Amino acid sequence: MMASSYNAKDEDGHITVSGPGGGGTLRGKKPENTAFKQQRLPAWQPILTAGTVLPAFFIIGLIFIPIGIGLYVTSNNIKEFEIDYTGVDMSSPCFNCSQNFSWNSTRPCTCTVPFYLEQPYESNVFMYYGLSNFYQNHRRYVKSRDDSQLNGNVDSLKEPSKECEPYAKHDGKPIAPCGAIANSMFNDTLELFYNDPNGTRVQIPLTNTGIAWWTDKHVKFRNPGGDSSNITASFQGTSKPVNWRKPVYELDTAADNNGFINEDFIVWMRTAALPTFRKLYRIINKTSSMVPTLPRGNYTLEVVYNYPVRSFEGRKRMILSTISWMGGKNPFLGIAYITVGSVCFFLGVVLLIIHHKCGNRSNSADISN
Amino acid sequence: MLLINRNLITLSRTVYIGHKEPPPGAEAYIPQRYPDNRIVSSKYTFWNFIPKNLFEQFRRIANFYFLVIFLVQLIIDTPTSPVTSGLPLFFVITVTAIKQGYEDWLRHKADCSINECPVDVVQQGKVVRTQSHKLRVGDIVVVREDETFPCDLILLSSSRHDGTCYVTTASLDGESSHKTYYAVPDTMAFRTEQEVDSLHATIECEQPQPDLYKFVGRINIYKDKEEPVARPLGAENMLLRGATLKNTQRIYGTVAVYTGMETKMALNYQSKSQKRSAVEKSMNAFLIVYLCILISKAVINTVLKYAWQWSPDRDEPWYNHRTENERQRHVVIRAFTDFLAFMVLFNYIIPVSMYVTVEMQKFLGSYFITWDEEMFDEELGEGAQVNTSDLNEELGQVEYVFTDKTGTLTENNMEFIECCVDGNVYIPHAICNGQILSAASSIDMIDSSPGGYRRDLFFRALCLCHTVQVKEEETVDGIKRGIHQGRPTSFYISSSPDEVALVEGMKRLGYTYLRLKDNYMEILNKDDEIERFELLHVLNFDSVRRRMSVIVRSSSGEYLLFCKGADSSIFPRVVSGKVEQVKARVEQNAVEGLRTLCVAYRRLTQSEYEEACHHLTEAKLALQDREQRLAQAYDIIERDFVLLGATAVEDRLQEKAADTIESLHKAGMKVWVLTGDKMETAAATCYASKLFRRSTQILELTKKRTEEQSLHDVLFELNRTVLRQHCRPIYNRLSVDCLDFGLIIDGATLSAILKPNQERAGTGNYREIFLEICRNCSAVLCCRMAPLQKAQIVKLIKASKEHPITLAIGDGANDVSMILEAHVGIGIMGKEGRQAARNSDYAIPKFKHLKKMLLVHGHYYYIRIAELVQYFFYKNVCFIFPQFLYQFFCGFSQQPLYDTAYLTLYNISFTSLPILLYSLVEQHVTMETLKRDPSLYRDIAKNSLLRWPVFLYWTCLGVFDAVIFFFGAYFLFDNTTFTSNGQMFGNWTFGTLVFTVLVFTVTLKLALDTHHWTWINHFVIWGSLLFYVIFSLLWGGIIWPFLNYQRMYYVFMQMLSSGPAWLSIILLITVSLLPDVIKKVLCRTMCPTATERAQV
Repeated sequence: MMASSYNAKDEDGHITVSGPGGGGTLRGKKPENTAFKQQRLPAWQPILTAGTVLPAFFIIGLIFIPIGIGLYVTSNNIKEFEIDYTGVDMSSPCFNCSQNFSWNSTRPCTCTVPFYLEQPYESNVFMYYGLSNFYQNHRRYVKSRDDSQLNGNVDSLKEPSKECEPYAKHDGKPIAPCGAIANSMFNDTLELFYNDPNGTRVQIPLTNTGIAWWTDKHVKFRNPGGDSSNITASFQGTSKPVNWRKPVYELDTAADNNGFINEDFIVWMRTAALPTFRKLYRIINKTSSMVPTLPRGNYTLEVVYNYPVRSFEGRKRMILSTISWMGGKNPFLGIAYITVGSVCFFLGVVLLIIHHKCGNRSNSADISN
Repeated sequence: MLLINRNLITLSRTVYIGHKEPPPGAEAYIPQRYPDNRIVSSKYTFWNFIPKNLFEQFRRIANFYFLVIFLVQLIIDTPTSPVTSGLPLFFVITVTAIKQGYEDWLRHKADCSINECPVDVVQQGKVVRTQSHKLRVGDIVVVREDETFPCDLILLSSSRHDGTCYVTTASLDGESSHKTYYAVPDTMAFRTEQEVDSLHATIECEQPQPDLYKFVGRINIYKDKEEPVARPLGAENMLLRGATLKNTQRIYGTVAVYTGMETKMALNYQSKSQKRSAVEKSMNAFLIVYLCILISKAVINTVLKYAWQWSPDRDEPWYNHRTENERQRHVVIRAFTDFLAFMVLFNYIIPVSMYVTVEMQKFLGSYFITWDEEMFDEELGEGAQVNTSDLNEELGQVEYVFTDKTGTLTENNMEFIECCVDGNVYIPHAICNGQILSAASSIDMIDSSPGGYRRDLFFRALCLCHTVQVKEEETVDGIKRGIHQGRPTSFYISSSPDEVALVEGMKRLGYTYLRLKDNYMEILNKDDEIERFELLHVLNFDSVRRRMSVIVRSSSGEYLLFCKGADSSIFPRVVSGKVEQVKARVEQNAVEGLRTLCVAYRRLTQSEYEEACHHLTEAKLALQDREQRLAQAYDIIERDFVLLGATAVEDRLQEKAADTIESLHKAGMKVWVLTGDKMETAAATCYASKLFRRSTQILELTKKRTEEQSLHDVLFELNRTVLRQHCRPIYNRLSVDCLDFGLIIDGATLSAILKPNQERAGTGNYREIFLEICRNCSAVLCCRMAPLQKAQIVKLIKASKEHPITLAIGDGANDVSMILEAHVGIGIMGKEGRQAARNSDYAIPKFKHLKKMLLVHGHYYYIRIAELVQYFFYKNVCFIFPQFLYQFFCGFSQQPLYDTAYLTLYNISFTSLPILLYSLVEQHVTMETLKRDPSLYRDIAKNSLLRWPVFLYWTCLGVFDAVIFFFGAYFLFDNTTFTSNGQMFGNWTFGTLVFTVLVFTVTLKLALDTHHWTWINHFVIWGSLLFYVIFSLLWGGIIWPFLNYQRMYYVFMQMLSSGPAWLSIILLITVSLLPDVIKKVLCRTMCPTATERAQV
């Protein structure tokens, strides 16, 4: 079956006839007798027969099923909580905000969404915002950015790429950061409060760093003036994106999280693959090993409602999730592994039967021939 | 008379010998324009190369397609840059142009060497040397012995006294025997240039036409103030270009009538047309299917796009506005632009690299043929040659083999094997000693005294009863060289190679025919005495009588009639002799494929002789029905024979010819022998080469038979015979027992069958009936074929309703037209010049090499290229279909799923080398198995690996895999975090994940298909996967300064740092490969093909 065979052999069809006095002089043209040129390189000649494939199937089955079970269990242990705060229903607390949205309003609309966590979240908790029906992967949208501007290139800052059109210039001044992606940056503010059973409202501390890829923050995105202290000066002569309420150099107070290297901005700039997506918003770090990060109980989500999604029938969600070594909650992977493993195992059994029946038959046929 | 003259003018040409004007008053002198004597086989000139070549290249549907895509990319705003398709296209076009230009340059060189070969022309009474292409119609040419005629000539005079010359037309019609041509009687006496130059004559002849054996014309010789003397000219006066002068010192004053491309040889060449292999045809068909898929994909997406973005909030949500320019564009233009953009996005489904890979595969792959040591012939010092690499895979698809006989199946070398006198068998052993060995066979020995006499008489008979001429020369490179002690080298020439073989055989048995001098034939007998016989009459051979006789008078005054001929025509006329023994021996020899002749004699009394003389002279002088009366006279004279014995001559088959033909038969090919030779000779060869077996029932469709019955009746009768006995096709390979038919047809009958005839339109088409008969015959022999008829036959079969793949193999110029006509033309580098090899697609030294060529190389090339084609389409479905699916999730916005670098490099580098290597070195079965078991060839017959079901399977597999890639990634990616630090991935990571699974899957799929893992395969398959990984690491590892986007920065590394990504990749690869593995295993177990059986 899977026998390695070396093909060196003497050839029956090979004749050496010496012509009358001609052979000697012409022998130079004779092709070289190398294994490659004669197509006789030593070769391993595997053949996919039931005999060789059977063990492979069983092995795959035996490996995949435990992996699948492991993944499934891990996934089940992950706690995830999701709440939609779009405000579509009349009853929803954010209904008013979603209805009364206007780009020009100066006074931010806030709404409070209460929720209850049935289980305590032990480890670090990751807070996501989710958008639905938002086509971040639309071609016109995806290409509407200028990576060299974001990388701190001063020329691009002054003269944004034409890919950014129609979000390249505003009132003759270049927009920084330019493009549709930047322009539509998610600008809701989410805050989380724990309602202690004794009545006090404790704000849960949210970390806004470590949410973007390290390489993005430190290499791909750079402020135009480098690390110079005066970030405002470096953005001189540019205009803020049309939809933004404040310019890019006022995104955060901390110098290492301001301008283009603001992590919220970087996260947004990584366009999602599918129209329904989530993006990491904040991290709730575990403070002590004794107390769960988020104990069981009532919570309030306070939203500064700036981001309109109703016009395109979008949805906004807030997600709280713990993370394991295999990421967030994803039962699909485990189930898929278990299924494929079982199918392989089953096929192995079927093949075994067929192999026994047909194998005997073809053997006998060979003998009769 | 006037009328005839006018006809002659319009339908004929008038040639003025030596360009001299006719005397006034004869006819108006209208100088006609004739082409010069240049032969052109090249396709391009220096000036038209670029436009013509570009035109021809863009006529290829694929090239044109890529050109269109490239232009579209230039014009509109597309998802990918124009460089991605422009660069490969430019590369492909340039490489092809260089290749074709080089090939044409070689042709130019070959033409040049022919056109510039020196020729002697008589001008103003002097011999002037000029170049072949400068010859003009009307020039007087001098040709010396062994020179080839530079154009079609009329023989005026020869150095021989009788005004004849001998010519071999081997390179024209394959007959190596010498033919006699005659000079015009009025001019045959010319001996010097001056004499020839003084000739004042015109030649009127028909316009050029390709029939080699037909020429009609007349010569008008003007003598001083006399009426011109007109003499008829026929084919016997016409020396054809390509033929060679033999045994005649020189011929003078031959006049060129047809020159250059108008010579009969050139007219028998067919124009070169590009041969396309069956694989290429299926490839083009698949291409059209994919083109349709592509267009429908683009149309579907465009329609869906506009349906989907009907609401303005979807079309232009607040976060994603159009530019002002775009907004103002008319919706129809926008829709059309979108359609084109989708086309560009999906255009990779028909990759330009497939054509490059196929070309490279063919070009590089053909080296294995030239490198093959087994196809190297030490004697010639040459191996196989590949003239076109376009047809490699067609070698694996051959259904009909048309082979020439002389020089292809046979060595073109007759050899005397044995003779049998009264049941005693004599075999000449060594060439020189002349010892006689009596075979210790089962034949009983008879007392020696009468046997001794009979034996000597038998040998004398063979030495006398022939028409061989002796040529003496010091050193000749001729093939037949007779050496006798103390005598100058001499060799025999005859129009029949058999006779030469017989006379030479006699020499080896001790009786040497020396010469014919003054009507006395001289024989050196084995006691070294010279015996002289007076040659009285020669009763020439003809194919109806199938015998010839001589009447001689011995030195003792006896009149002897010796006759030799086919057994069937001798035995009925024999009155005494050991008929039974000889008959037994003759039959035994015939079965062995030897050409047998029987020899008999009759002693004539003086009165009998005189009577015979009387009969003969009377018949010869008859003005009417001369042929018939001669036949009657022969019939009267040739009777009451005493049987002497029989001879056996072998037209030596080429080494392993029979084995090769048997293998071809087993491989399911039908072998036809097409020859210009006589039917008897050809049939004997067919028996010897196992084309016909003893069990084969021979059907004859010859002129002889159609003269008795009408063609119509013969055809229908044969058809009935065939159909009655027709055994149903048996899939079992052991169906040899079943009665098989062999058909023999000659040229005259064939042309009668092929002649379009309106009269019998109602009675059905002969062509169809003929084809029907042929289809049921395992072997067909066509004899007496003109070169163009050979091509006609090939064309007929090619055009029959199954459209079988044909292969023609031959060695002479007479085979060129069929070599060009057949799907695959193979030339044998034979003794008869190089025309066949030059015009062929492949040239091999010997017929036996055809076996390896077809069964091994052809088989390999076919499975290699079939996999190549199918795999290419498969991998591109896998590649593009996810992109198509992605459009449903990105608002039909033509967003590419993969990065530009991946889009460009997928076909060029990530997945190109493994399949190229596979298509070069794959051996699904070992070479030895293929040679041992020719029936494996049937497994790939009829383009079986590229049929629609197989194509559909591959496409479905591709779609399945693509769905797995995309939706696998979709569900795994959907709304979840993939990393252990909570960070999210974007669309490029999604694409990269799909792409990684894709690259690994298609490469591993090929690995599963590989049955022959050399170190190179390991290197390339694992190497290209490694290359992908390294490239991706590098591509994402740096901020590339020259790029205006950095979307791939660290994407690949981030993906690899996530556990679930690894797990998903492994899972998806496994799932994608699973169905194919299962299908393979099940097929092999349930219903294995012969090939699969042979693999274990």
